[in-house]
Amino acid sequence: MSQSIDYNDRPWLDPEAEPFIKVQSVSKHFGDFTAVDSVDLEIYKGELFCLLGGSGCGKTTLLRMLAGFETPSSGSILIDGVNMTDVPPYERPVNMMFQSYALFPHMTVESNVGYGLRRDGIAKEEIRQRVEDMLAMVELTQFRKRKPHQLSGGQKQRVALARSLIKQPKMLLLDEPLAALDKRLRVQTQYELMNIQDKLGVTFVVVTHDQEEAMTLSTRIAVMDLGRFQQIGTPTEIYEFPSSRLVATFIGNANMFEGRVTENGIDHVIVESKDPACSFYIDHGMSIAEGSKVWVALRPEKIQVSKQPPGDSNFNCIKGMVNDIGYLGGTSTYRVLIGDDRIVEITSPNLSRPKDGNPPIDWDEEIYLSWEASNPVVLTK
Amino acid sequence: MSDPAASSTQSRLLHRLSHLLQRNWRSLVLFIPFFWLLLFFLAPFFIVLKISLAETIIASPPFTPMIEWVDEGIMHIRVVIDNYAYLWEDDLYAKTYLNSIKISSISTILCLLIGYPMAYAIVRSSHTTKHILLMLVILPFWTSFLLRVYAWMGLLADQGTINNLLIAIGIIDEPLRMLYTPFAVYVGIVYTYVPFMILPLYANMEKIDWTLLEAAADLGAKPMTTFFTVTLPITLPGIIAGSLLVFIPATGEYVIPDLLGGGNVLMIGRVLYNEFNANIDWPVASAVAIALLLLLVLPMMLYQHMQAKQVEAE
Amino acid sequence: MNNGRKSRFLFTATCFGIAFLYVPMILLIFYSFNKSRIVPVWGGFSTKWYGVLFESEEVWEAIALSLKIATVNASFAMILGTLAGLALVRFGRFKGRTLFSGMISAPLVMPEVITGLSLLLLFITLKEFVGWPDQRGFTTITIAHITFSMAYVAVIIQSRLTGMAQDLEEAAQDLGAKPLRVLIDITLPLLAPGMLAGWLLAFTLSLDDLIIASFVTGPGAVTLPILIYSRIRLGLRPDINALATIIILVVAIGVLVAAWVMFRQQKQRELELSMSEEA
Repeated sequence: MSQSIDYNDRPWLDPEAEPFIKVQSVSKHFGDFTAVDSVDLEIYKGELFCLLGGSGCGKTTLLRMLAGFETPSSGSILIDGVNMTDVPPYERPVNMMFQSYALFPHMTVESNVGYGLRRDGIAKEEIRQRVEDMLAMVELTQFRKRKPHQLSGGQKQRVALARSLIKQPKMLLLDEPLAALDKRLRVQTQYELMNIQDKLGVTFVVVTHDQEEAMTLSTRIAVMDLGRFQQIGTPTEIYEFPSSRLVATFIGNANMFEGRVTENGIDHVIVESKDPACSFYIDHGMSIAEGSKVWVALRPEKIQVSKQPPGDSNFNCIKGMVNDIGYLGGTSTYRVLIGDDRIVEITSPNLSRPKDGNPPIDWDEEIYLSWEASNPVVLTK
Repeated sequence: MSDPAASSTQSRLLHRLSHLLQRNWRSLVLFIPFFWLLLFFLAPFFIVLKISLAETIIASPPFTPMIEWVDEGIMHIRVVIDNYAYLWEDDLYAKTYLNSIKISSISTILCLLIGYPMAYAIVRSSHTTKHILLMLVILPFWTSFLLRVYAWMGLLADQGTINNLLIAIGIIDEPLRMLYTPFAVYVGIVYTYVPFMILPLYANMEKIDWTLLEAAADLGAKPMTTFFTVTLPITLPGIIAGSLLVFIPATGEYVIPDLLGGGNVLMIGRVLYNEFNANIDWPVASAVAIALLLLLVLPMMLYQHMQAKQVEAE
Repeated sequence: MNNGRKSRFLFTATCFGIAFLYVPMILLIFYSFNKSRIVPVWGGFSTKWYGVLFESEEVWEAIALSLKIATVNASFAMILGTLAGLALVRFGRFKGRTLFSGMISAPLVMPEVITGLSLLLLFITLKEFVGWPDQRGFTTITIAHITFSMAYVAVIIQSRLTGMAQDLEEAAQDLGAKPLRVLIDITLPLLAPGMLAGWLLAFTLSLDDLIIASFVTGPGAVTLPILIYSRIRLGLRPDINALATIIILVVAIGVLVAAWVMFRQQKQRELELSMSEEA
């Protein structure tokens, strides 16, 4: 059936798919502090799921509850249909890769990787074989007799990954897996991680504070703040259709305009904002009452700049003055002053080289900003 | 035990205990040191407390029992606070206590004056020098305390090295009396305890971000101002830790006043020792111990506890 | 500017400090080779006091007793202190934790005279009611030493454990190790250097203790510090200078060897680190 192939990459859309991990109204309190506030979450087999949020948002606590290092104050966690809420970490079919890698400093690479198998009482010969295979996969075979302090950062990361994958866990938890690597290595490792995940088909749950990392890696992202999920969705959904101002500004940049709905048609909505004065025409209908207060989010790269007013300047157009230009090579960032004190940010690709060294748009120039009717996102919270 | 009921209770208790330990090794880890400390650390204090409330008699043991069985099973509890009253009335004890506090306070300040620049110099020196200096400071700690005190007996005696030297170069004609004076006690305490001041100071200073001083200088503070407004406040935890490590043991010191102070310097540790061993007055010795505990150790422990709480809160 | 003056002050202070610490010890060694019976008056070079020292059977017995006590004490204190440190850092809250941590840290601030007195009274009371210990000596001194030196070991272990990331223990659990297994596989091997340091400290504390030992000792049990004390109370004795010289030399050699080993290890590690970065 063609439909089931579709669902393969997006199991969360399949009404018949059974979630692999079910987090049911889980809370965690530390004294008076609520780290995780009654969250529900379903993760499907084979997903690469990212928990994204700033520090203290509860993402690490949630991960530690999945691993079994913390017990939920209330709620339950099911993994592959089995209730794991009170099962200690050493009896869970999940493994974790620590942010610090937590490699045992007194053991060689080989014994680090084989540690989990030895705990399960597997025959020596089989352990040897599996360790060898695993080390070959992460390309560390020639380092197997080394101690962790004799390895570079990237090598340590791969040992940690090998060690956590060798037990063939049902789910791998990764706590900031790339945070300790430098920028160049991080990008390369991102793709390695994705390849390994693809090859083994293990469900990955990744905690990260780096939105770029989350966008590149994941099938779905859960944006967390103050112990709750703000939005769960694919990277595209989260970026293009954020559900709140918080998500819109946390993932990428957004210019935010406060306004009121003045017209709510079947196929369009009109929002008027006062500061700056602007009418937004949005080309799809919404179930929202006329007169209610909303926010309109506009991504910087979805705004066009021009020196002449665009054709229809009644809607989706503002006049401003260039206040600042940041030239980034491939793109330029314009900070445009609207009225007296409102700044709108625009990112625009540099499609052609400037003639005579003069930029197409200069400082203090008056310009017009405009956008397509499909681009503004109306947010109610 | 010959009583069968008692022994069966005992064995049942043992059985249950072993079962508990097998099931939960954590209890075992906790139980052994806990039990040890209860028996050999806490229990002794209750015995000291008990004896401090008894009367001295010439017997063995030389004090009256607290609980006596007068005929027909009437229990008679005898508690005497005479010993504490005696400590209060005889101003020897108050004087000794105050003198101990005075000696250890002054010694602590002297240790700080010597130790602070040294710790500072160690922290600011280069890698190799730092390790050599640290080792030089730690090394005396591993050698015998008693022999380090003894070394000063040789230096300070009437016919000692210092007097011989001073007479030889003609500064004095007659030997200065230094041994068996308070001066000798100060020297001895400072000498033996100065490493205890340097090490915590070093540990504290080692963690400090020294660019703070450059920042202060950059903002226009003169060296003296920088020292008093930046260096001193941030090294205060080290100063306090080091001072406590010197002050507390110095107050209860016995060996130094005995060997270097002779009979001329009264310190509380020495009075307690003599009360017990020479005068065989166990109840008074116990009362001195309890008083010392309440006046010195308990405040210190409360202070430490509060510090720990504060650190935890942060 | 002021930097020159400041560093000169620091340099002078350090030199004076080090001299203050070492001149008395050097003189102690120097006069051990003095022929004259009056210690601080030089009467020519001689090693006769070393002969005098070791002729005395007392000295040999005291050394043997002290070493025996120190070894047993250090081993027990290391075990008990490690257990106590583990309980305090890794067990979270438990009933009686405040009492326990109080009892563990109290010996550090307790004047020795009080510890000695209270333990002696305990032993006397125990003998009266339980009949044990029937004689004071090796056993009672060792018990007393364990009681205060385990506190020092516990402090070392506590600080090691606090500094040691819990990650490693969690990682082992995550890979299927039960808590006791984690303790044996991970925690204890990582604590080994701290335990060794604790053992050495307990050993030294025991060798050095005079007050507590002289309270709880019994007839015939003379430790080295008790022997030294009984001799120097009456004045300076050249044979004690000889003994001091030997002790200082042994300690100095021990510390130097330890420093050398640590230095070598560090060099090795630096070398390996630079290797891994090239790889």
